[in-house]
Amino acid sequence: MPAFPQAAKQQLANAQLRHNLADATSTIRRKRADVVGELDDWAQLREAGAAIKTHTLSNLDTYLEQFEAAVTAAGGTVHWARDAEEANRIVVDLVRATGEREVVKVKSMATQEIELNDALRAAGIDAWETDLAELIVQLGHDAPSHILVPAIHRNRAEIRDIFRREMGEVGTPAPDDLTDDPARLAEAARRHLREKFLRAKVAVSGANFAVAETGTLVVVESEGNGRMCLTLPETLISVVGIEKLVPRWEDLEVFLQLLPRSSTGERMNPYTSTWTGVTPGDGPQSFHVVLLDNGRTNALADEVGRQALRCIRCSACLNVCPVYERTGGHAYGSVYPGPIGAVLTPQLRGTTSEVDKALPYASSLCGACYDVCPVAINIPDLLVHLRTRVVEQDRGWRSTPVDVLMSLASWVFGDAKRLAAAQRVASWSRKVIGRKGTIGRLPPPLSRWTDARDAPAPAEESFRTWWERNRGGGAR
Amino acid sequence: MSAGSSAREVVLGRVRSALRGAERTSWEDVPRHYRRHRPAPDVVELFCERVADYRATVDRVPADGVGAAVVAAARRTGARRVLAPAGVPQQWCELLRAEFELVSDEDGIGTAELEQVDAVVTTAVVGIASTGTIVLDHGPGQGHRAVTLVPDVHVCVVTESQVADDVPDALRRLDPARPMTFISGPSATSDIELKRVEGVHGPRTLHVLVVPD
Ligand code: SF4
Repeated sequence: MPAFPQAAKQQLANAQLRHNLADATSTIRRKRADVVGELDDWAQLREAGAAIKTHTLSNLDTYLEQFEAAVTAAGGTVHWARDAEEANRIVVDLVRATGEREVVKVKSMATQEIELNDALRAAGIDAWETDLAELIVQLGHDAPSHILVPAIHRNRAEIRDIFRREMGEVGTPAPDDLTDDPARLAEAARRHLREKFLRAKVAVSGANFAVAETGTLVVVESEGNGRMCLTLPETLISVVGIEKLVPRWEDLEVFLQLLPRSSTGERMNPYTSTWTGVTPGDGPQSFHVVLLDNGRTNALADEVGRQALRCIRCSACLNVCPVYERTGGHAYGSVYPGPIGAVLTPQLRGTTSEVDKALPYASSLCGACYDVCPVAINIPDLLVHLRTRVVEQDRGWRSTPVDVLMSLASWVFGDAKRLAAAQRVASWSRKVIGRKGTIGRLPPPLSRWTDARDAPAPAEESFRTWWERNRGGGAR
Repeated sequence: MSAGSSAREVVLGRVRSALRGAERTSWEDVPRHYRRHRPAPDVVELFCERVADYRATVDRVPADGVGAAVVAAARRTGARRVLAPAGVPQQWCELLRAEFELVSDEDGIGTAELEQVDAVVTTAVVGIASTGTIVLDHGPGQGHRAVTLVPDVHVCVVTESQVADDVPDALRRLDPARPMTFISGPSATSDIELKRVEGVHGPRTLHVLVVPD
């Protein structure tokens, strides 16, 4: 493994990534603005969305118990998991009980968060990602870099190479004459995955929403891979964060308007599936929900911080973030990248590690994320709040920002998988590390970070402005 | 089960202690100033426009021409084996049988057999005008969920009175106890450089027929 300076150097060449990201995020931004502009009651929907989530969180114990009772009454089984390890153990045991050695998976942030695929592999169970982007990431031995479009850091030629090289190793190979035409690539994925869908007996999913009153789960998607996993296998296991609850069926009327428009910029995503327990003669006859805490109750205990639990993972805040646009998702060292990752991850994992301490600083505090958030999470406020926490929890902490960035870097480079992922992205840290591999002197206002320990107010000049002035386009 | 039940107690205990002193608000107090209805001058016309926006094919057909329209829609796709689930009107079945190899789902057709089906013809339960969505609750005429998923072509008949103006209106008409599929256009992905590609896993062709009641 190369030492950090060499590794950082290797990343310098990635102008392509920044170009892809800028292109992609500006396209989604435009689409989102168009469809949001179509609804003259967007502000009221957003207010209701925030209020429903706030209300749910303030009665979460009641709603969790209600949900459990409703799922059970509908023929499902509810399991509770304090942390990632427990959730993984529950899923592994459930799969083992079926006697199967493979599962098909619907794209799910919760299962990424708990690193379920690794746990399944360790138990001798193959987990196949079936979302096209997740398939690209999995076959590329890579990490996702965006909540919605996890393979946004890959271009079509890279995807063709990955498919050609890897598909045959694990199933139906890519056709010999595969080109880099997106339609051909999608066709190759269809053929590759069809075989897996048709034989799979067990599926694992997350859920976008869980209705307490009825025990209904909701999965929102585009490709139909979700529908395949949710209906063809005999056993379905859904891993659901406890913050995914909404009180009643009718509350979905708010979120099914907010989510697709904020997320893909569509009036509605192509497919939404809802199911309540099991339906005799249709779909899986064995259904399990794993309710996941894994740090969520830590966030809930923080009066300011708990608003991050309103997040519906639409990814709108990523697409407007100037820092995300330049660094890509891998730089955050968090399953949840971008602005929401910067406030959610340190709450879920705590702020003891250097990576997590650094996350509240991975922002320019420009406020675009707050404006765009469909559940009105005040991310800039939260960032400042968490910076205060980081500083206060450890008054003896004398790290300079460079130390923090170096720690972030050493976390990224401390593991072969993370390194492989990081090498393909322009990382945030390398911007501060000089091109010659030496640590450059930090220009203002970064030099103020250390001075600002007792007063972590936003810098007078925003990071974004500084960036534009000093680095904007310079690395191209 | 003792480990399981203790995890439950621990998580619920953590939630309760996190909420100690927090104000517990009431569901009724959630502000709902957003529109519960979004009436359009012609809701059915808006529905057709929005469905077409999703690159689905939409036709409005007279009530006495549905059977013929269903057959024509299937013919256009070059289908040979067509599935009509139980509950689809007999008249359509007869017309379909005259031209295609007609498959039934009576005995719970399996996925392997579904793979051999080219097109499926169903009814729906609700349409949503503002978003161009059709909703199936997989009752009679709609088949179990795999039926409209595995074959490559889906022809769906929606009646005018089934068209709701907006999402809230639609959800009020639906029964959450039933499994449901909301469909907005054909299967699509934008995962490769954000270029939209139709048909990854679900049907590549969606043909919606809108008929008077
Ligand atoms: S924080 Fe808001 S904008 Fe960001 S992903 Fe969550 S819901 Fe979307």
